[in-house]
Amino acid sequence: MASTGAVPENANEHCPGPESEAAGRAEGCAGCPNQEICASQAAGPDPDLGVVAERLRDVRHRVLILSGKGGVGKSTFTGQLAFALADDESVEVGAVDIDICGPSLPHIMGCAGDEVHRAADGWSPVYVRDNLGVMSIGFMLPSDEAAVIWRGPKKNGMIKQFLRDVEWGRLDYLLVDTPPGTSDEHLSIVQLLKGSITGAIVVTTPQEVALQDVRKEIDFCRKAGVPILGVVENMSGFVCPSCHGESRIFYPTTGGAKALCAELGLPLLGSIPLDPRIGRACDFGSSFLDTCADSPAAQAYAGIVAEIRRRVEGTV
Amino acid sequence: MSHAEVGSRLASIKHVVLVLSGKGGVGKSSCTVQLALSLVGQGQRVGVLDIDLCGPSIPRMLGLEGRQIHQASAGWVPVFADPSKRLACMSIGFLLPSKDASVVWRGPKKNAMIKQFLADVYWGDLDYLLIDTPPGTSDEHLAAVEYLQEWSPDGAVVVTTPQAVALADVKKEIDFCRKVGLPILGLVENMSGFVCPHCAECTNVFSTGGGEGLARHAGIPFLGRAPIDPALVMLLEQEDKTLVPSANGPAAAGQEQERTASIVETYQRCQLSKLFAEIARRLTEGVAQQQQQQQQTADTMYS
Repeated sequence: MASTGAVPENANEHCPGPESEAAGRAEGCAGCPNQEICASQAAGPDPDLGVVAERLRDVRHRVLILSGKGGVGKSTFTGQLAFALADDESVEVGAVDIDICGPSLPHIMGCAGDEVHRAADGWSPVYVRDNLGVMSIGFMLPSDEAAVIWRGPKKNGMIKQFLRDVEWGRLDYLLVDTPPGTSDEHLSIVQLLKGSITGAIVVTTPQEVALQDVRKEIDFCRKAGVPILGVVENMSGFVCPSCHGESRIFYPTTGGAKALCAELGLPLLGSIPLDPRIGRACDFGSSFLDTCADSPAAQAYAGIVAEIRRRVEGTV
Repeated sequence: MSHAEVGSRLASIKHVVLVLSGKGGVGKSSCTVQLALSLVGQGQRVGVLDIDLCGPSIPRMLGLEGRQIHQASAGWVPVFADPSKRLACMSIGFLLPSKDASVVWRGPKKNAMIKQFLADVYWGDLDYLLIDTPPGTSDEHLAAVEYLQEWSPDGAVVVTTPQAVALADVKKEIDFCRKVGLPILGLVENMSGFVCPHCAECTNVFSTGGGEGLARHAGIPFLGRAPIDPALVMLLEQEDKTLVPSANGPAAAGQEQERTASIVETYQRCQLSKLFAEIARRLTEGVAQQQQQQQQTADTMYS
């Protein structure tokens, strides 16, 4: 199957490559099933790449939060990671939500309904703390019920604006929350941050149905040249609040994230048990680590955050 | 633009229902599978089309991993999940070289694939075609609606989980349906509580009631509420679908497990199947009612 720049399997013999100047227009493209698609895409490097790089000059670490599967807790994790990093007042944190069709970050970070202000230098992110800025399409919608029915190119344009037109300033961490899948949004962010991504954190749940999609995301990272910082297993195990008996809601039939990491040679950053209070903290937009510091889930979070800081800050 | 090839395929299918949700991981695929199994259990012929191209889950859930699509003169022959061939399935998962291979496609390629799925699959006679979608309101959804529109699909079933964060995305999906003129047949609230296998206490892991409230608020039928059932999670997970799963995880080595003839029968052994039989019944009623209404409007228009 086609990767970012590779020639698709069903292409003609003399394919010039889907990213070349002549894509879709070369002689060898006649009759190729992909011709129309190739021809419709802009050729050559994007002139805005330089502008984005300039804008993000003072951003030290760019971390993507990915998962092939939806609903595994990417946004929850991004939100809690951002809160945890920002607990250290010397660390400047930015969180950008590139899930254009289903933005959850404003809600999870307790800033839903806020508006983005336009300054001379560009949009200023919504600050939930002095050192924690958030940017999401959720701030720009007329109501929280309005659907964003956009095809790829419009989504890509928006993502570009989030990087190019937002006054991020000096940041230690820019966390990028992504939608599920391996499509437009993912390709765009990787292309826009070309080569400057510190790494990706892959979030999964323990069951095989989720791991399947996560393997695809890891395959994507490898094809696109995005380093993987590690894997976080979310929703692993559940402690009944009434009898304290532990059970597995999503049973790791194939060994869970641990087996996946061993198989693919990736570090497992930690496992977070399911705690109904996490969901509640997200519904109220508060920091779970602050409100329920005693919970085993909060301790797991704290361990993972420390591990991420060690890996990220140790590498630079 | 007319899509005649889609229309000629749909001619042998009585009802087309999309399963949607703005949010990922709320159980669209598992609800699709359960609806399909319930409908098959009620004697219908059902097709499941998986248009989640970047993360196809249906093959694993129906126990069809590694199966191949055959090309016949009449089109692509779908893969059947039961021996009586009442449950047909089509997914990009059957076309991938390995289960780890990612499908890194932008919109236009995804649209082309969806069109091919709708135009080229030889479903034969079906009572229901259930279309499982990826999360969001973007290319795949627009493509499916665009190709189906002129053949008036019956509508959409919207799946949600009860917590506020999921409801926010689901509201967007309802808005999408209204904007593109897709009727909403009903809403299912999934993962509404978890029954602890140790003490039988039901915990609302992702809170409860949010879906029903949303359905009332949006004026759409509420089809039902389904708790998390570890036995069902197990059934969808395990490779051998003829083993009757237990709620307490996989059987210990040497322990004898019950077997059935097919996934349709195994599913009937899950507690949740009774609930979903009811949800499927409400859905079929809704579909019939809507058809009647459409018929009446058509009659009044021409009389």
